[in-house]
Amino acid sequence: MSDIDVLVDVKNVRMFFPVIAGVMRRKIADVRAVDDVSLFIRKGETLGLVGESGCGKTTLGRCILKLYKITSGEVIFEGVDLAKLRGEPLRKMRRHMQLIFQDPYASLDPRMTAGDIIGEPLLAHNLAKGQQYHDRVAELLSIVELEPRMALRYPHEFSGGQRQRIGIARALACRPKFIVCDEPVSALDVSIQAQIIKLLTDLKEELSLTYLFIAHDLSVVRHISDRVAVMYLGKIVEITNSDELYANPVHPYTQALLSAVPIPAPSVDRLRKRIVLTGDVPSPINPPSGCYFHPRCHKCADGCNEKDPELKNIGGEHWVACHRV
Amino acid sequence: MDVKNLRTYFYVKEGELRAVDGLTYSIKQRECVALVGESACGKSVSALSILRLIPYPPGIIVGGEIIFEGRDILKISEEEMRQIRGGRIAMVFQEPMTSLNPVLTINRQISETLQLHLSMDKETAALEAVNLLKLVGMPDPERRINDYPHQFSGGMQQRIMIAMALSCKPSLIIADEPTTSVDVTVQAQLLDLINNLRDQFNTSIIIITHNLGIVARYADSVNVMYAGRLVEKGPTNAIYENPRHPYTLGLIASVPRLDLPRKKNLSVIKGLPPNLARLVPTVCAFSPRCKLAVDRCNKERPELEMVEKDHYVACFRSSEVNQLVEDG
Repeated sequence: MSDIDVLVDVKNVRMFFPVIAGVMRRKIADVRAVDDVSLFIRKGETLGLVGESGCGKTTLGRCILKLYKITSGEVIFEGVDLAKLRGEPLRKMRRHMQLIFQDPYASLDPRMTAGDIIGEPLLAHNLAKGQQYHDRVAELLSIVELEPRMALRYPHEFSGGQRQRIGIARALACRPKFIVCDEPVSALDVSIQAQIIKLLTDLKEELSLTYLFIAHDLSVVRHISDRVAVMYLGKIVEITNSDELYANPVHPYTQALLSAVPIPAPSVDRLRKRIVLTGDVPSPINPPSGCYFHPRCHKCADGCNEKDPELKNIGGEHWVACHRV
Repeated sequence: MDVKNLRTYFYVKEGELRAVDGLTYSIKQRECVALVGESACGKSVSALSILRLIPYPPGIIVGGEIIFEGRDILKISEEEMRQIRGGRIAMVFQEPMTSLNPVLTINRQISETLQLHLSMDKETAALEAVNLLKLVGMPDPERRINDYPHQFSGGMQQRIMIAMALSCKPSLIIADEPTTSVDVTVQAQLLDLINNLRDQFNTSIIIITHNLGIVARYADSVNVMYAGRLVEKGPTNAIYENPRHPYTLGLIASVPRLDLPRKKNLSVIKGLPPNLARLVPTVCAFSPRCKLAVDRCNKERPELEMVEKDHYVACFRSSEVNQLVEDG
């Protein structure tokens, strides 16, 4: 992991949220949202992050952006440990990392015009004033394929896809290097989804961006990502490059997840082998012993419920956390 | 059931909104029919029309017939309709959390249907409710029956909804986006469950979804809707392997596929779905977004025509659609 071209390096990050109860407001347990995660993202690549709801994907994304104070571990962005930054240097650093939200209806302030929404980061970071500001807002609108005159409209006048474009324009305003896309297309219709995916891919090329792409739709993640990490209950269970993961999934959870996705071609889908997982994801307050996945695993054997598996390299870029590999 | 020329309009400030405009399809016993389309294409409204649950005003079913078990359910009295609703035809809604009553135990909610439609007494109904929960794969139903909806996960809540839908052994279940709010693994569990129950009880299913993968896996036939009208309908295999409407083709091509090598770019249907209030009913609604549109598409509205056995398409240029495939 000593590559020079690593942009974000996440080392043993833990994010526990306390569960507080009783009149004494005592901490009775922890929600282990992110539990000892290490990964890195190279400059110019898209790392996909998949997993079921509640597995900690969004929390991990926010930990990387330092929107939470992590419980332990390090997040290193361009060689700088974010935990050590405070005040002005941190503000400067924040310009380089942005977030695109999932729900384009909830994430835009209904009382601000599209132009104000997009321009706000420019003002916050003192990047543009006067005519320069208006020019930049117009430019950003055209980058996301909206018309500059739409700057005066309010969010309710836009469709879901257009709102998501506004969210993207806002994220791009300070010319960031790194963007966390948190389920950017899951609230959109199929035809609009394809448009936004294309926009994100084109922008990445043009502006040499790096993405962390969080989603639960495995086909979308595969399409857009260079490498993919699979999360289960706050831990990374498998990480490798995109084609390898889908052609040769090794972790039983990845296998089950992939086989659950129906393929939109009936003749192909009928021939696929399916692994149906039983039950729901366990609670991250009280995770199972040993390997967190063992109660639902189809390959579970003796010992899986005792020791927590480490992320092991099985050749090339392929890392898996499973005793049965 | 036969739906013939169903038309449901909404009268709003902007004018007449033709949410469903001339929908015709039929569903056989034990068949699973999918209604596919993007949001606001009229798929949910057409389902609510079947149950006569369209809020009036502003909505009204202005015409058509829905023949169900020999009767036109648009003509029967409200009293008779109440017998059918929840009894012969049941519905599974999209968001279980908002469809279940948060202040009643699930026992109350499942038993209510049983007491009402099958005139069971309270105790028998409670026992039957436990059986239903067992049927839908709820672990430990005897203990959980007196829990409240918030104590269940999303997947379990949707199982409860399915149990309620099944309670009176309906002959038709309408599932409106039953799995959009759950994860893929749970989605697979739920859909397999619905599919097994169909075999067990000979129920017909209308599944409303925008997920083309689900349709491919579970549906026998597919109806593709656009702007309130059917643009293509036919057996599932025919629709996927030989789509003849440019919109259907565009939809299929715009979803990335796990089984094929990665494409550099997804093909994209340009533009936005139309605003129903501004729709001109005499032309093809898809023409502004269509790559094959010609003059005629802006002058006349295409009607469904048969292109092969059971496969109907509403497009003047359906024979040229293959050209799009070749162009990528």
